[in-house]
Amino acid sequence: MNPALVLPIVLPLLSGTLSLVLWRSRRMQRLIAVLGTLALLVSGVRLLGLVSRDGIQVLQVGGWQAPFGISLVADVLGAIMVVLTGIIGLAVAIYSLATTGRGHEAFGYFPLMHLLLAGVAGAFLTGDIFNLYVWFEVMLVASFALLILGSERPQMEGAIKYVTLNLVSSVIFLVAVGLLYSLVGSLNMADIAQRLTRLEDRRLVDALAMMFMVAFGIKAAAFPLFFWLPASYHTPPVAVSALFAGLLTKVGVYALYRVFTLIFHHSPGYTHEILLWGAGLTMLCGVLGAAAQHEFRRILSFHIVSQIGYMMLGLALFTPLAIIGGVFYIIHHIIVKTNLFLVSGIVHRLRGSYQLKRLGGLYREHPWLAILFLIPALSLAGMPPLSGFFAKFIVIRAGIEAEAYGVTFIALLVGLLTLYSMVKIWSEVFWKPLPEEGESDDRQPPARRELWLMAAPALGLALCTLFIGLNAGPIHALAEASAAQLLAPEHYIEAVLGETGGGS
Amino acid sequence: MEAVLAIAIGVLFAAAIYMMLRRSIVKLVIGLMLLSNAANLLIFTMAGLTRGAPPLVPEGMSAPAGPVADPLPQALVLTAIVIAFGVLSFAVVLVRRAWEIVRTDDLNRMKDTDT
Repeated sequence: MNPALVLPIVLPLLSGTLSLVLWRSRRMQRLIAVLGTLALLVSGVRLLGLVSRDGIQVLQVGGWQAPFGISLVADVLGAIMVVLTGIIGLAVAIYSLATTGRGHEAFGYFPLMHLLLAGVAGAFLTGDIFNLYVWFEVMLVASFALLILGSERPQMEGAIKYVTLNLVSSVIFLVAVGLLYSLVGSLNMADIAQRLTRLEDRRLVDALAMMFMVAFGIKAAAFPLFFWLPASYHTPPVAVSALFAGLLTKVGVYALYRVFTLIFHHSPGYTHEILLWGAGLTMLCGVLGAAAQHEFRRILSFHIVSQIGYMMLGLALFTPLAIIGGVFYIIHHIIVKTNLFLVSGIVHRLRGSYQLKRLGGLYREHPWLAILFLIPALSLAGMPPLSGFFAKFIVIRAGIEAEAYGVTFIALLVGLLTLYSMVKIWSEVFWKPLPEEGESDDRQPPARRELWLMAAPALGLALCTLFIGLNAGPIHALAEASAAQLLAPEHYIEAVLGETGGGS
Repeated sequence: MEAVLAIAIGVLFAAAIYMMLRRSIVKLVIGLMLLSNAANLLIFTMAGLTRGAPPLVPEGMSAPAGPVADPLPQALVLTAIVIAFGVLSFAVVLVRRAWEIVRTDDLNRMKDTDT
């Protein structure tokens, strides 16, 4: 029995329940939001320490033996993702103390946030494919409600696209799970992997792999099914945008990594080739979409899509170096992208707009904010010595070593276009003088405390980026450890099934 | 029996996709409902249909005697039904809310809401 594995799931659920119980007390809900996410972060760090010291951790829930019960499994990748969930959860919780209005809190913002974090952590830790579906749904239901929080007019169209596409993806996932069960007769991922290698009638396997790829691809916002993301991410309150941008699509990417290293790794010539094309087109479409936008959060949303391509590229190349790069990229991207959304929220609070043409002159007034934007922006574009440089460097080097020159070229080009987008935001929002439209500025300037609550998480995440960039060694070692585990699924299978003497 | 169910599932999927491709949001939600039902029925059928053999362990034995129906897909379907119920109720509320705000059921006319 290993309680460290359940804590990252139970703690947010508990905080969510407590917030529901204390529904009337706004003060307590805020306190629980910060303490709960802090506890999640601590439990995640503890789990990561445990996993990197003692290897893969397994918990058979309810004491049922491995292929029959539900297993919770934490390998290095899962533990890293839980730590990142904690970091983003904490940053967004502090940030939303200042940005979430009374109305949004009255609709249950904080309980929903905890539920979302529980769903995300559950998806990262489960070792059962149907359980993964259930955690996906937990996460989705919470995200649906968060997305239309306040139900304003612009939110409706995005919400309908988001709900429809995600439901379709869930159904595809569910059908694929059903077909997989009929094929191998198990739902435990380790057991599935083992039985699938022994399967003789392999006609359905590639088709199933494609169904999983489509289902997770929609959730990860990969080409060609990414359009729900830029349609919806710029509409909710900014703290929600930041939370979604950091975590939701990455759950899809994580699921792709898990399924295509553990279960469907037998015919990489077919599945990973398709992933490779998907990755290239995802990068290109995302970045070209961003180049055409003139709204702060929309540009950032399109860049999520393009960055997803890099992570998929790491998986698609399927060499040790590429997987290291992909994992490094996920770590870097979650922190940087949330940070950029947080900065966009501060800009909005100061100026009252996300439209680039209405913004300007912020460098003169708030140089600290400009620096706060510049760090994650340059990191996103891949400037040394920030975290993005190493992430891109490893992925691109892996691409060259694997002789996938076309996709590598696209990756380099996309890096350049990312820089263009970031420079566009920089010059429009911070450098150019404030346009003289004479808008009646009747908004109150934010109080010092409010501004601090917004700036502190952004600063913390910027420091994380700097830390990863200047101190890439330990992070690289972590990514290397998780890549080693991902490419040797025997250990995962042994850890899950072995201790019960199973392996039917 | 499997053949009949297979055809029914195919028809359900086809109907669901047809409904989802319409412009009306209400029909979109109906399509989603049909889609989730088709998926549930598919899981139910995929595991094989066994009639009149409940998976019960007779007294004094540790395993059921003879071939029995697989209870697991039914548990899966049950979970999926509950989840689909929750999610689809949300979708229905969303459609109503969208109609209250935008006063249209036509997805094409919703395009200008988000500027």
